[in-house]
Amino acid sequence: MAELRRFSSLLPLLLLGLLLAVPAHAQLTVQITQGVTTPIPVAVVPFAGDGLPVDVAAVVEADLARSGRFAGLARAGMPQRPSTAAQLDLAQWRLVRMDFLVLGRVLKAADRYSVEVELYNVVTGVRLLSYSVTAGANGLRLAAHRTADLVYEKILGVPGAFASRIAYVLVEGPLASRRWKLVVADADGENPVVVVNSPQPLMSPSWAPDGTRLAYVSFEGHASAVWVQNLVTGSREKVSARAGINGAPAWSPDGQRLALALSQPDGNVDVFVMELSSRSLLRITDDPSIDTEPCFAPDGRSLYFTSDRAGRPQIYRIVLAAGEKPKRITFEGNYNARPRVSPDGSTLAVVTQDQGAYRIATVDVASGSSKVVTSGRLDEGPSFAPNGQTVVYAAREHGRGVLATAAVDSGVTSRISAASGDVREPAWSPRL
Amino acid sequence: MKRILGVALIVAFSTLLAACPKKPTTVPNAGAGQVVAPSTGATTGSSSADASQVRPLASDSAASSGSEGVLASTIRFEYDSSEIKPEYAPVIAAQGKRLAGDRRAAVRLEGHTDERGSAEYNVALGERRAQAVKKALLLQGATESQLSTVSYGEERPVADGHDEAAWAQNRRVEIIVLASH
Repeated sequence: MAELRRFSSLLPLLLLGLLLAVPAHAQLTVQITQGVTTPIPVAVVPFAGDGLPVDVAAVVEADLARSGRFAGLARAGMPQRPSTAAQLDLAQWRLVRMDFLVLGRVLKAADRYSVEVELYNVVTGVRLLSYSVTAGANGLRLAAHRTADLVYEKILGVPGAFASRIAYVLVEGPLASRRWKLVVADADGENPVVVVNSPQPLMSPSWAPDGTRLAYVSFEGHASAVWVQNLVTGSREKVSARAGINGAPAWSPDGQRLALALSQPDGNVDVFVMELSSRSLLRITDDPSIDTEPCFAPDGRSLYFTSDRAGRPQIYRIVLAAGEKPKRITFEGNYNARPRVSPDGSTLAVVTQDQGAYRIATVDVASGSSKVVTSGRLDEGPSFAPNGQTVVYAAREHGRGVLATAAVDSGVTSRISAASGDVREPAWSPRL
Repeated sequence: MKRILGVALIVAFSTLLAACPKKPTTVPNAGAGQVVAPSTGATTGSSSADASQVRPLASDSAASSGSEGVLASTIRFEYDSSEIKPEYAPVIAAQGKRLAGDRRAAVRLEGHTDERGSAEYNVALGERRAQAVKKALLLQGATESQLSTVSYGEERPVADGHDEAAWAQNRRVEIIVLASH
């Protein structure tokens, strides 16, 4: 950790220098790479087009860098600014040691934009991608994220996940007069919209698989309840308000059922599954210990959950149909909680206790082996990107929660600069 | 777990943007998908990027309601424990006696934890603490109908710090006296 401390002492100076030069709305990404994988050098040349509301190339480059898989090239170091194949002189880019180059232009017709992008392998000279994404004025950032998705997929062979959203809880104000806000933002933290604003706690946002609804917990009226809110219409429904705990909602992959943690009828927390159409409840666990934080496997046939039935919180899996006893999944460390499963079902992201700190770990479901992927003191609430390559989580910095991402394979972490306040429990949406 | 921390990078794209002169450009006529140079395996095509706008809650209904009540006593707990320490026996006895003596009296037991660990597990832990106090009060003669529980987990700390002193303050059950009904 000595290297980290050395870096930390430099960080304020470096940040200060940047802050002086950067306009307030600019995106700032601080990356600490850990030497496991070398980032691929890719230059994203500013896109041609006058008077654009969004710097498309800057959005693309920030997306690629945040993934931990790519390193961009500062614009001051670019030997030329081509926006078409005819203007491109690959020899100049070989001299600055780029592997790939992205160029493009934004055309405007009436009130719609067309983002035209080309991707080149600088070494071979082969054009890998020639694509256009059209969008209205409000969709230009999304078009930029789609463009980054295409570049990511073409180079790495795995779809990108930049064109997606993150929901999180933002806690603001002094202890005596706190407010809780449920926020939905783009995956890079931009375009935040407060969808619920409450003087009582809000918790545990969970995306429906179609990406148009959020389930969450609200403590309006000094009691917990689970709500489902439609993000398209702005309406909502209370789906569970029993005595005691109504918590930890998690959607089934088909969107028909909601797994919940309830303390009814005996005052002890167990996992239930609710059929949303009928509101009927099926008890899944029945144990005097704490069973909570359910999460459906991608096939919808089993649930992962946290239980302290063995004394300390650990992750278990239960098959829904079989009537079998839950099987313990985690054995490394004495605290593993809040599982979220990767889209392919192979990996869990959990909160683990590591050297006295709470950090994010990934757990291989088949072998049970785990790997700590963050290095904070109080990291919490991991959620997988829809491509399974990255998790978003809440890291604590200077006493407040901030959004951060960690690459699952390399452990490269990035901060997403958020507004003021304390960020909790981010949830990554399906692809837009 | 041992980690080798290598290169530390700060990427600030927008910084350099500000430093570069804006270059006048002519928009070329090359349509998307038009092959300019021979390439194998190139992906060509087009799509649209139109997602629905996110709309906030239509009604302003996420407002506070329910009885506020008055904080009567606070019972504090050890880390990851719901055991009531002997020092709180007099508090429990006094509250139990009051409830047993006045059947119209009611309390809400609000369970809390420190900020460490996962949020929903902490809600469960806070509920377990509230249930422990509820059981103790039932043993003192209070009845079920006089006692309600809620757990806020780590969401409502009373101490703002991030050290053991603050955490010890925050691991608690608050006994809230409700208006008589």
